[in-house]
Parts: sequence; C-alpha cells; structure tokens
Amino acid sequence: MATMTIKKKKSAQWEPAEVKAELLAKYPPKVARKRAKQILINEALENETPEISANVRTIPGIITMRGCTYAGCKGVIMGPTRDIVNLVHGPIGCSFYAWLTRRNQTDAGADGENFMSYAFSTDMQDSDIIFGGEKKLEKAIQEAYDLFHPRSIAVFATCPVGLIGDDIHTVAKRMKEKFGDCNVYAFSCEGYKGVSQSAGHHIANNQVFRHIVGENDEVKPGKYKINLLGEYNIGGDGFEIDRIFKKCGITNIATFSGNSTYDQFASAHTADLNAVMCHRSINYVADMLETKYGIPWIKVNFISAKATAKSLRKIAEYFGDQEIIDRVEAVIAEEMPAVEAAKKDVLPRTEGKTAMLFVGGSRAHHYQELFAEMGMKTISAGYEFAHRDDYEGREVIPNLTVDADSRNIEEIEVEADATRYKPRKSPEELKALAESGYKFKEYEGLIPDMDKGTLVIDDLNQYEAEKLVELMKPDIFCAGIKEKFSIQKLGVPMKQLHSYDSGGPYAGFKGAVNFYKEIDRLVNSKVWSYMKAPWQENPQLSATYGWE
Amino acid sequence: MLLRHTPKEITERSALMINPAKTCQPIGAMYAALGIHGCLPHSHGSQGCCAYHRSTLTRHYKEPVSAATSSFTEGASVFGGQANMLQAIDNIFSVYEPEIIAVHTTCLSETIGDDLKQIRKKALAEGKIPEGKYMISASTPSYVGSHVTGFSTMVKSMAGLAETTGKKNGKVNIIPGWVEPADMEEIKRVTKMIGVKTILFPDTSGVLNGPLSGEYKMFPDGGTTVAELKSAGDSVGTLALGEWCSADAARELDSKNKVPCKVLDMPFGLKATDRFIDALRTIGGVTVPDELSMERGQLVDMISDMHQYFYHKKVALVGDPDQLIAMTEFLVTLDMWPTHIVTGTPGKAFERRIREITKDLPYTVNVKAAGDMFLLHQWIKNDSVDLIIGNTYCKYIARDEDLPFVRWGFPILDRQGHQYFPTVGYKGAIRLLEKILGVLMDRKDRDEPEQSFELVM
Repeated sequence: MATMTIKKKKSAQWEPAEVKAELLAKYPPKVARKRAKQILINEALENETPEISANVRTIPGIITMRGCTYAGCKGVIMGPTRDIVNLVHGPIGCSFYAWLTRRNQTDAGADGENFMSYAFSTDMQDSDIIFGGEKKLEKAIQEAYDLFHPRSIAVFATCPVGLIGDDIHTVAKRMKEKFGDCNVYAFSCEGYKGVSQSAGHHIANNQVFRHIVGENDEVKPGKYKINLLGEYNIGGDGFEIDRIFKKCGITNIATFSGNSTYDQFASAHTADLNAVMCHRSINYVADMLETKYGIPWIKVNFISAKATAKSLRKIAEYFGDQEIIDRVEAVIAEEMPAVEAAKKDVLPRTEGKTAMLFVGGSRAHHYQELFAEMGMKTISAGYEFAHRDDYEGREVIPNLTVDADSRNIEEIEVEADATRYKPRKSPEELKALAESGYKFKEYEGLIPDMDKGTLVIDDLNQYEAEKLVELMKPDIFCAGIKEKFSIQKLGVPMKQLHSYDSGGPYAGFKGAVNFYKEIDRLVNSKVWSYMKAPWQENPQLSATYGWE
Repeated sequence: MLLRHTPKEITERSALMINPAKTCQPIGAMYAALGIHGCLPHSHGSQGCCAYHRSTLTRHYKEPVSAATSSFTEGASVFGGQANMLQAIDNIFSVYEPEIIAVHTTCLSETIGDDLKQIRKKALAEGKIPEGKYMISASTPSYVGSHVTGFSTMVKSMAGLAETTGKKNGKVNIIPGWVEPADMEEIKRVTKMIGVKTILFPDTSGVLNGPLSGEYKMFPDGGTTVAELKSAGDSVGTLALGEWCSADAARELDSKNKVPCKVLDMPFGLKATDRFIDALRTIGGVTVPDELSMERGQLVDMISDMHQYFYHKKVALVGDPDQLIAMTEFLVTLDMWPTHIVTGTPGKAFERRIREITKDLPYTVNVKAAGDMFLLHQWIKNDSVDLIIGNTYCKYIARDEDLPFVRWGFPILDRQGHQYFPTVGYKGAIRLLEKILGVLMDRKDRDEPEQSFELVM
C-alpha cells in the first residue's frame, strides 16, 4: 500500500472478476467476506437485477469516504435553508466544519433573510457534559431570537447530546411556545446513528415534514405547481433548474432544500406534483406528501440535457395541458442548439474515454447520462450512502431487512389529512396516464443502466479506490474532496461531484454545457504530461561530458 | 451583504457562539500526527469526525490526508468502543501497513469513557500491534480547549515515545507548534545554517506539500521518524515554540527524560525570530553565520523602506494564541496598531500576554480569548481598521466592510502559498510584509483620486 503507481497492464486485460479478486486480496478474511457482498460484477441475470449489499456498517479502520448522520442532517438537508437559524448543540467542531463548506448557493431574495454565512453553536464545555446542556441550549436559543428574530430556529444534536440525555425536543417546544412567532424544533441527528449520512437525511426530512410542511395554506399563484425534492443547489444547480422551470411556465413551490426558505417548506402541500431528483435522500418525503396530501410523485433527473428534456416532458405530460406541453417543447428546442454545439465541440476529445463515479445516493447514477452524452463510458460506479433500492430499483423496498442500525431511524406513519388531502388526479385520469406508459413512484436504480461487466461497488473506500484506478486506469474519477488528491497524485484527473470542487451549475441545459467543458478541460489537461522531468524519463546519461 | 444580520450594537452572549474562531481538539491531533513519518492518524469516534477533519485539512493543503476511524454506531456508543478500536487496529496494520498509528479520542468516546491506554494494552496482549510497530494515543475531548489543545496533546504523546539511553545525541529538540509545512522546512533550513543538529517534531514538510509525480504515497517521505522521536530523550535540550502548542511536550521531556527545555514564542516577526536564533546559538554553542545576519538585515531594511505604509495602521486579528502573540508583537514592531484581537481558544493568559505586548500603545486594545468572529466583526463595525489578518472566514467580514485582508492562520481554503512559502523566520517575516504591503498598496491604488495616483510607491 505504501506506494502506488499505475501498472503497465492495459485495463482491457483485466477481467472484472480479476479486479474484484485484487480488491479483496489484501483484506483480513472477515473484511474480505463483507466487502465481497458490496462489490458486484454487473452481469445479466434471468430478468433479474443482481443483489448488492448496501446501507450496511462501515468497517472500523477501513478508510471510508462516508460521513455521519449529523453531516447528512445539518450539512446536507438543513444547511441550504437560508432563513432558518441552524443552531448546533454540541462542542464547537461540528458547527465549524459544516460552516459554508458545501457549495450551496443562496440568494437572500426580497426579504433579505440569509443566515447561511453564519455558524451558530452552543459550544458545549466539559461542565455542560457533566451537568447537562439543556440550560445552555435554552439560553442560546433565546440569544439567537433576541439578536435576529428569525422565522424559525432549528436545533441539531451532536454525539454527546444523545449520550448525556439532553432533551432538546422539549427545550425547542418550550421556546417555540414562549416566542409565539418563531417555530423552534430539534433534530436528534447524533453522528453515531445509522451507518452514514443517509440516516441524517431521513431525520432531517422527517422533522421538516412534521414541523413545517402544511403550516401555510395560502394558495400561491401559478398554473403548474410542483415541488422539486432532493436538489441542493450545489454550484447553482437549483438556480439553473428554476430558470428552466420559469421559462416553461412551471411554478416551483418548494425546493427541498437548495436555497430554500421556511415558507417554501410550509407551503409544499399546495403543489400538485412532486418531482424527485435525489431518490436516496428524500423518496420517503414524496411518499408522505402523497399519503397525507394526495400529491403524486415522479422521479426526474436534470443532470444531462437529454435527461432534463425527458424530465420536463414528464412534468408536462402529467399536467396534460397542450399549453405546457407546447411550451416545454419550445423551451427544449430553444435550449438544445447551444448544448448540441458544445457537445460537438468536445466530442472528438472525450469520446471513448472512461469514467468512474463514486458519489452520493443518486449522483453516481445521474452523472452517467451526462458522461454518456460526451461518449464516455462509466466502467465502475457506486454510492457512498445509498440503499439497495437505489441500486436495484424500488421493487426491493418491501424486502429490505431492518437491522440494528436502521431500526432506530424513525419512520413516520402518516395518514390522509382531514382537511387538506386532495387527490390531484381522478382515478380515471391516473388510469389513462398509466395506460399511456406514464410511471409514478418509479425508480429502477443504477444497476440496470450500467453495462455488463462493469463493477458496481458500494461504500468504496480509499484502498479500493486507488486499486481500481491503478488496475482499470479510468480517464476520470469522480468522488469527494477526501479522495481528490490521492487520485490525482496517480495522474488521473478527479472531479468532485458531491459538492463540486469548483464550477457549476451542471444541472439543466446550461449545466450540461458547463460539464462538457469541465470534463474536456480535465481529461485533456496538459498537466498530466508534466509529471516526469526530462531526466526522470531518460535517466541514462547518453552523452559524454561536454556540450556536444 | 454577506453577514447582513450582524448588528453594530454589541450585546452580551453567554451561551451562543456565532462564527467561531476555533474548532475542536481532534483536528489538531490529526494534523500533529501527520507530522510523524509513516503514521496513520486514527479518530476514535463516529466516522463523521474523521471525515470532517480530513476534508478540512485537504481543503487547506490540497493534498491527500489519510486517517482512519473507529466508525462508532449506536451500539458502540452504548457498549463502548473497544471492540471497534481493536478491529480497527487489526485492519489498519493489515491493509495500510503504517509504522505507527496515532489515535485520538472525540467527544463521543470521551463521554462514554473509553480508555485508549487500556485498549492499547489489550491490543498488545492480543498481538494486534505487530512487532516493531507503534500505537500512541491522545485524549482530545472536543468540549475542552480547542484545536490548539488537541495539537498540543498529540505532540505531548509523541514526546512520550522518547527514550533515555544515558548517552546524549548532541541534538536539540525543536517543537515548532502548529505551523505550516513550509514553516517547518524553514526552521530546518535555519537550524542547518546555524549548524545545530536538531530533531524537529512534528514535521509535516514533505507530507502535506508533496509533489505530483504519478505516484501516490500514502505515507510520504516527510515526517519525523519514530527513531528520531525515541532519540529525543537523549537530546541536550528542547526549544518549544509557543506556550499553547508546544510547551506541554517540552515539559514532558524535561520531567520524564531530564531534557531541559526553554519555551519561546513562535518565531514570527523580527523580535521573536531574534529570540529563537539567540536561544539556538546559545544552546548549540555556535556562532550565528553571516548569511543569517544578512537575512535579518534585509528584513530590517524592508521595515525601514516601507515604514510609511505601516505607521499607525489599525489591524484586526483573529487566530490562535501562539500565532497571535507573535504577530501582535511584530505589528507593534512595525509601528502598526493592532486594535481588535480575538482567539477562540480559551485562556486568560492570552489576554494578559497581548496586554503586555501592547501596553505602550496610546490606546487600549480589544482582546478576547474564547471569543468569536461575530464579536470581532462587531468591534470592527464600531471602530474600523485598515487591515484584517486571519483565516479564510474573514473574507466575509472583509468584503462586507470593504477592508484589506491578509490570509494567515488556519484554515486557508481559498488561496495558495501557505504550503510552500514560510512566514516564520526573517525570510518569512519579509513574506508577511510583502503580503501586508500588497493589500495596503492595492487598496491605495484602487481608492486614490486620479490626481494623486502614483507610479512609484
């Protein structure tokens, strides 16, 4: 492990089974057995998607890419909400590390409320750990309220809070009642819960659903009203999608949760369709919105121009009016020439190249479409924190086993709201849509979209990442910040696709163009040819002493 | 406005910290451990801690940062993390083959009371630590002190490896404190120039400023070797740079290995560097070479050449105690006016030191330990300054208040150079002046009316 360089053997010479064996070779037997179930060679089975082990514990000591539940809750889901004071109850670190470090863009808007550039913490000290931190939390909430008078204050638990038993929910409730004009609620998102960030997404979304959604019944203007679920406005992705929506005459009531506001969440139940972008982080919210308010949901993808067009058409088809159908077609026709031109420009330099994607709970799937548009094949991919349904499709959900780690992540039981439940489509309309091939609540997962012989790997770790790159020599590798520089040391360009390292947006039409250019830049950069000095490439002294 | 909700009026806060000027202990322990050759830092807690520390260090250095974690789950949090730690030790030595692992705790493992020393004993007894390999540990609860405390504690654990053979090695231990790899390299250059043999620990040069060569070395060539750390017990003396970062380790060597120590300020600026060099030549019994006196002279020359730009310029500072003490002294040396000074790290001794350094100034400085950047910003709103010196987060204040800003400290997430160019020593001080002058003069060039816009400055 000490030193790795790219081996001479061409990647084509490595059979997938050989690669898998190489990845496992050095592991102690117990580790190898566990990892073997998370490394899958994509093979066509009898009309069946092969099974992969996912959403299982990371092995202690094996350098993982994963973060914690708090990171998923505070960092990912609640981080990009702009008018909520996100107060972290704990020692200072957790608040510090989640301070502006994800590239969620934000627009303070007309009301001017924007707390995203702030980090709020109770900065727990040892006395708080010994005697309890509830009093300090209460005081901190009061101080935040007095200073800022925000619409809402959200409280986040860090590891020690759960251990010492601070009742953050009671404190939040008490302060909410005291203030009257500020909704205060808490998230039990201690870092040790669950096995990855995914548990934190769930905890965050549950509380947003429980404490905010449905708070504002005011009917917002707009003919075609949707919510965009699971879009976090990294590098301005959400802004680009909103630009397209606006052009198409689609009203986005609430984005969960890029550049979002309290009121967007509070009004989400007034939309007529939920479009789910990141299946992993939010599919359960879509289900709850349907059960409680009667809003159907569809899976969309705005990563890649083709996928964007397809998703827009799917939204238009749902509403069914010729007006929106025509407008969407007009927008696609207007936007595509620039995309096609950019694609034509990069294609000669990108076609035939290979990519590896190890990100997120949806991005490792979504971005394959974008790479495909550039003629690039994804030879290995996997998620950092997804569940089996994100790999194999939603059919497996009923068969997912509940284990010691998932048992403690709350599933909210919802029922139809007595006054607000309203089916958006009649049974006849739904039937007609279904007959025309329209699919609600459907996601087939990543595996069916990947070629035979590709490697699907869950919770890829540092050791395996370097081995994969060494053996299969992709032209580009995509993961997160922690992986970026070890991969690049090997001379392989690396693009961060959780929180983009730079650039964006990459969603929508303009995003596709940005991505084509970015990948062209990375895979064709001259820098990779500078790694060896002339005297390293030709160390033998061929001339004698002198100038001739 | 980026920090649009920050009011000018300062109100007392006793529970709410806003925009911290510190982070937690474990990241300091991780950074220190990276300065040991062949070392894999290990975070004994839930995996998010390790992910956050690695990410922050990676963003600061643009270099790979390897570290492992015990990956606590709810079960481990209830029953204790020993099983996770033992499994981790086994996996780490099998898969990554480090020379040494440096384990630090987290608020999680501290709250449940895991005892790393006891776990190490068990690992040794069970043969999980291979022959000739090492494990050191540091207790770094996040709810005590700051990242500086964690750094200091891990450096002290490194000193714990020192052995006394009874035969002196003729070397001087230098504990540089939390400075950049480039600074550690500079300290080595200067000590070599003077002709004093040293053991520098930790040493992140060659670890966190590595080359791109087509090779990935999980354990780069740099770092203090275990052999050197062992030998530190036979050194003739220890120079600890920085009371907060380095003194504990030096005192450990003093009491345990009878290696006498001297605690100095970090060598930022003219006077602190003078004291460092002077101490070094005294301990080493050597004469300071002319080349070094030349570097000092160049620094003094630059101060005199550009004095008009420094004179009575007001500065707001945020950072860590050892760095701020030396920097405040340097600013006073330049006839600048350090005006508002905040560290997130607790300790009234810091405020006393700053007051002592600034006692002859014609005003009373605002200084606060255990403060935050929200307070610093409010101070600036009430009494504006000509310059801000601090980490990247200051850019939000600098932009809102339209103030020149020099990035210095941790973390720097948006500029390059700190990995490669030192700010310690005389050469480093010249670089600091270059940076300060750069932003002050750029500002003057931007704001000066056309009539008085100048070519020569």
